[in-house]
Amino acid sequence: MIRKLAGLLATLLATSFVIFGASYAAPGDPVTFLAGGKENLTPEYISAIRAQHHLDDPFLVQYGRWLGDAVTGDLGRSLQYNDQVSDLLAARLPSTLGLVAYTTVLFVVFGVGLGVLAAVRGGRVDAAVVAGTTFATSVPPFVLATALTSLFGVQLGWFPVMGGGSPWHLTLPAVTLATGALAIISRVTRQAMIEQRELDHVTVARASGLAERLIVVRHVLRGALGPIVTMCGLVTAGMLAGTVIVETAFGLNGIGSLLVNAINTHDFPVTQAVLLLMVTAYIAVTTLVELVQPLIDPRARRSG
Amino acid sequence: MTAVATLPQGPAAARPFGHRAATAFLGVVVLAAILAPLVAPYEPDAVDFAATLAPVSGDHPLGADQSGRDLLSRILYGARTSLVGPLALLAIASALGVALGTLAAWRRGWVDAVVGRVTDVMYAFPGLLFVVLIVAVFGNGMTTAVIALGLAYAPTIAKYTRSLAITECAKPYIDAYRVQGMGGFAICARHLVPNMARPIVGYLVVLFGEGLMSLATLSFLGFGAQSPSSDWGLMVKEGQPAIVQGAFLPVLVPGAAIALVVVSFNVIGVRLADRMGVRGS
Amino acid sequence: MMLLSVEGLTIEAGGRRPILRDVSLAVGRGEIVGLVGESGSGKSTIARSVLRLLPSRARVSGRVLVEGDDVLAMSPEALRRLRASRVSMIYQDPRSSLNPVRRIGDFLTERLVHTLGRPKAEARATAVELLAAVGMRDPESRLRQYPHELSGGMLQRVVIAAALAAGPSLLLADEATSALDVTTQAETLALLRRVQAERELGMLFITHDLHLAAAFCDRVHVLYAGTVVESRPAKELFDSPRHPYTAGLLACTPELGAPRTIRPVPGRPPSLDDAFTGCPFAPRCPHTTERCTTRHPEPVAVAGGSAACHLLEV
Ligand SMILES: Nc1ncnc2c1ncn2[C@@H]1O[C@H](COP(=O)(O)OP(=O)(O)O)[C@@H](O)[C@H]1O
Ligand SMILES: [Mg+2]
Repeated sequence: MIRKLAGLLATLLATSFVIFGASYAAPGDPVTFLAGGKENLTPEYISAIRAQHHLDDPFLVQYGRWLGDAVTGDLGRSLQYNDQVSDLLAARLPSTLGLVAYTTVLFVVFGVGLGVLAAVRGGRVDAAVVAGTTFATSVPPFVLATALTSLFGVQLGWFPVMGGGSPWHLTLPAVTLATGALAIISRVTRQAMIEQRELDHVTVARASGLAERLIVVRHVLRGALGPIVTMCGLVTAGMLAGTVIVETAFGLNGIGSLLVNAINTHDFPVTQAVLLLMVTAYIAVTTLVELVQPLIDPRARRSG
Repeated sequence: MTAVATLPQGPAAARPFGHRAATAFLGVVVLAAILAPLVAPYEPDAVDFAATLAPVSGDHPLGADQSGRDLLSRILYGARTSLVGPLALLAIASALGVALGTLAAWRRGWVDAVVGRVTDVMYAFPGLLFVVLIVAVFGNGMTTAVIALGLAYAPTIAKYTRSLAITECAKPYIDAYRVQGMGGFAICARHLVPNMARPIVGYLVVLFGEGLMSLATLSFLGFGAQSPSSDWGLMVKEGQPAIVQGAFLPVLVPGAAIALVVVSFNVIGVRLADRMGVRGS
Repeated sequence: MMLLSVEGLTIEAGGRRPILRDVSLAVGRGEIVGLVGESGSGKSTIARSVLRLLPSRARVSGRVLVEGDDVLAMSPEALRRLRASRVSMIYQDPRSSLNPVRRIGDFLTERLVHTLGRPKAEARATAVELLAAVGMRDPESRLRQYPHELSGGMLQRVVIAAALAAGPSLLLADEATSALDVTTQAETLALLRRVQAERELGMLFITHDLHLAAAFCDRVHVLYAGTVVESRPAKELFDSPRHPYTAGLLACTPELGAPRTIRPVPGRPPSLDDAFTGCPFAPRCPHTTERCTTRHPEPVAVAGGSAACHLLEV
C-alpha cells in the first residue's frame, strides 16, 4: 500500500519532469518557444517572458518552482486567451467529465453485457460478438465520429451535430468513445468467464443443483469480476486521452479540444497543464484500480 | 472436471476466408499506392469548383470534395502516405526497440532497470499523449508525427524483444559462441537478433494497423500531414465541414479506407498471433 | 429397492473406445461400496453420471437409478431436486471445490437458500450445526472466513458438511482423501465413516488405493479401462483376488511386516485411444492366451461376486 503510493508519486514526478523539460528540448531559444513561436519580439517582451518563467534561474530551480505552483493550482497564464490556465480548465472540465461518465456507463453496461452473452450463449452469438468487437476496435474513433454524425446527426436528424451542453448533445460522442472501449471490455469479460466456468467449483455448484442462471451470476461472473473491474478502470483512465479526439470531432468544449487548440496555437502553458492533468488522472485511476482489487478478491488481502 | 456446457467455438471457421480476403484487399491497396499515377483519373490536388461536392458519377467514381478534387484520385495517392507513414514509424520504433530490448536482455542489471524505468514513464502517458507532447514541442507535421510515434512505439517493441531475447539468451548456443570468445555485440547482431526476427516481424504486422490508425488520428487532429496532402486522416478532417451540408462522401470515403485497411491488418495480425504465439499489445 | 443401481451404463465421448463399457453396480442403504481403478479408468465418470454431469456430446446408454428414478431420463426440475437434496458428492481437491472469493458460509448455505428456498437464518443455523457435526471448532466464525484461510483438511470437512446439508441419502466420495496428508486422511476417513453410520447413508467410495478400499468398504468393484473386471465383498477380494489385474494391484503396494517383492503391474494404463478387441487387460496380463486378445470376457460368478476373465471361464 505504502509502496504503491510511493511508486505513484515517483511516476508522477518523472512524468511532470518530462512535461516540464519538454519545452527546453524545443529547437531554438526557449523564449521564442514560450512566447508562442512568434518572431520579432521586442526586448521588453522578451525580458517579461524571462522574468515570468524565471528563465535565468538554474533548470532544476525552475522545475521546482513550476511544480510547486502546479501543485497549489497555479498553472500559469494562457498565451492565447490571456486567462489563468486553471480557470480555463475549471470551465471546461465539467463537460469532459460528463462525457467520460456517460461513456463509462455505456461501455460498462454494454461491454459486460455483450461479454456475458457471448460466453453464456456460445455458438453463433459468440462468433458474432467476437467478429463485431474485432471490427469495432479497428475503426478509429474519429472515423466512427464522422460516420455517426453523418448518419444520426445529419441524415436522420436524431441528434445535434455539433456543440455540447445536454446529455442529448453528448450521446453521439459518448457512443463513439464507448465503442472501442466496450469491445475491449466485452472481450475481457468473455475470456474471464470462459476461464472461470471451467473451474471445478463451478461444477461443484452445478452438482449441488444450483440453477444455471445463479451459477453464472454467483460463481462465473463473480469470479471474473477481478479482470473485468481492472479493465474497466484502465479503460476509463485512458478515456481522458480519448476525449482529445472525440471532442475535436464533435466540436465539444472540453479539455480535450482545449489541448488540440493549445497545440495548434502554440499555447504551451495550456498544453503543459492539460497534459499534466490527464497524466495525473490516468496514474491516479490506475493506482485506484490496484487498490480496489483486495475488495474483489479476498486472496489479495493477505499481502496488503 | 467435466465440461458440461459445450465450449464456444471461436469464429475459427470464418477466419481462413477473412484472412484471404484481408490479404487480397491489402494487396490491392498496395498496388493502388504504387500505380496511383497510372490509374488515378485526376491529379490529387486538381481543384475544380464546378465539381464541388459532386456525387458519385462517371466523372467522379467516388465523388469530389468541397474544392471539387476527385476523391478516388485522392484516395489512391493518399494510400502512399497512409502506408509509408506507418512503415516509417515502425522502422524507427523497431530499430530503437529491438536495440534497447536486446541490450536490456543481454546486459540485465542496471541497463535493464534504466530501460524499464524509461518505458514505465512513457507508459504513464495514456493513449497518444506522449506523441502529442512531442508534437507540441517540435511543431506539427508529418515528419514530427512519424518520429514521435516511432518513439512512442519503441518501448512496446523493446518490451517484447526483451522477453524474446531473455528466452533466447538462455539457449546453449549463445554460451557456445561466448566460450569461443565472440564479442557480445557480434553475438547479438549476428545470431541473437536474426533468430528473433520471425516473431518480431509478426509483432510488427500486428502493430501496423494500430500505427496506421494512430498516424491517421494525428493527421485528423491537425498534427500530422498538412494540406494539400491527401493523407486519409487529413482528408477526413478536411471533409468534416461538408457533413452539415449533407455531403458525406468526403469523410466516408477516406474513413472507410482507413477502417478497411486497419481491419485487414488486424485480421491478419490475429491469425499471425495465433500461429506464431505472438502476443498482441 | 437399491439406493443406487447402475445398469449396463455405457458412455462414449469421441475416443476410440467408450469411457465406460457396460458398467453395472449397486449401492444399498447404509452400505459402503468401493470403486477402485487406475487414473483414467472411468471412476469419476461413473460418479458424475449419477448426477448426470456427463461429458459434452456424450452418447449414453444404460440406466442410472436412484431410489428407482432414472437419473438419465428425469426432467430438469427433478434433476435439480436430486442434485440438491438426494445425492451429494465429495471431491478430491477441497481447495478447488470452493469458490475462492466467497465465504465458507455462502458455500454451506447456497444449496439450502438458492436451491431449496429455505430462509437465510434457518440455513445459517443448519450450517453452524453441520460444522459442529464434522468437528470444526468455533463454527460461527468459520462461516465468515474465506477458503484460503483454512487448511486442506479443514476445507474437506467443510465440503463434507456441505454435502450433508440437505440430508441426502447417497454420498459419492470421489477420491475424497487422496489429496490430503496421511494424518488428515485418517481423520477424514473416520469422519466419513461416522457420518455415514449415523445417518445410514449409502456411499460410493472411489479410490485408486485397493488396500484402502478393502479396509473401508463392504463391497469393492475393480474398474479397468471403463469395464468392471471384478466385484467382490471387500474381505474376499483382498484375501483371494480372482482377476489378474486385482492381483497385480495388490502385489504392487509395499506392506509392512511380511517382506515380499513388489511387482508393479507392467505397462501403462490404457488411454481412450487404445481400442480393444478382446480383454482390455490382455496387453499387460502375465497370463494372456490367444483367446484373451480376440474375445471380450464376460463376468463369471466367483465366490461372493463376479470377475471378468477368460481364465475363470472353464
Ligand atoms: N468431459 C470429457 N470429455 C471427454 N473425455 C473425458 C471427459 N471426462 C473424462 N474423460 C475421459 O474419460 C476417461 C476416464 O476419466 P475419469 O472418469 O476422470 O477417470 P478416473 O476418475 O478414473 O481417473 C479418461 O480417459 C478421460 O480422459
Ligand atoms: Mg477421477
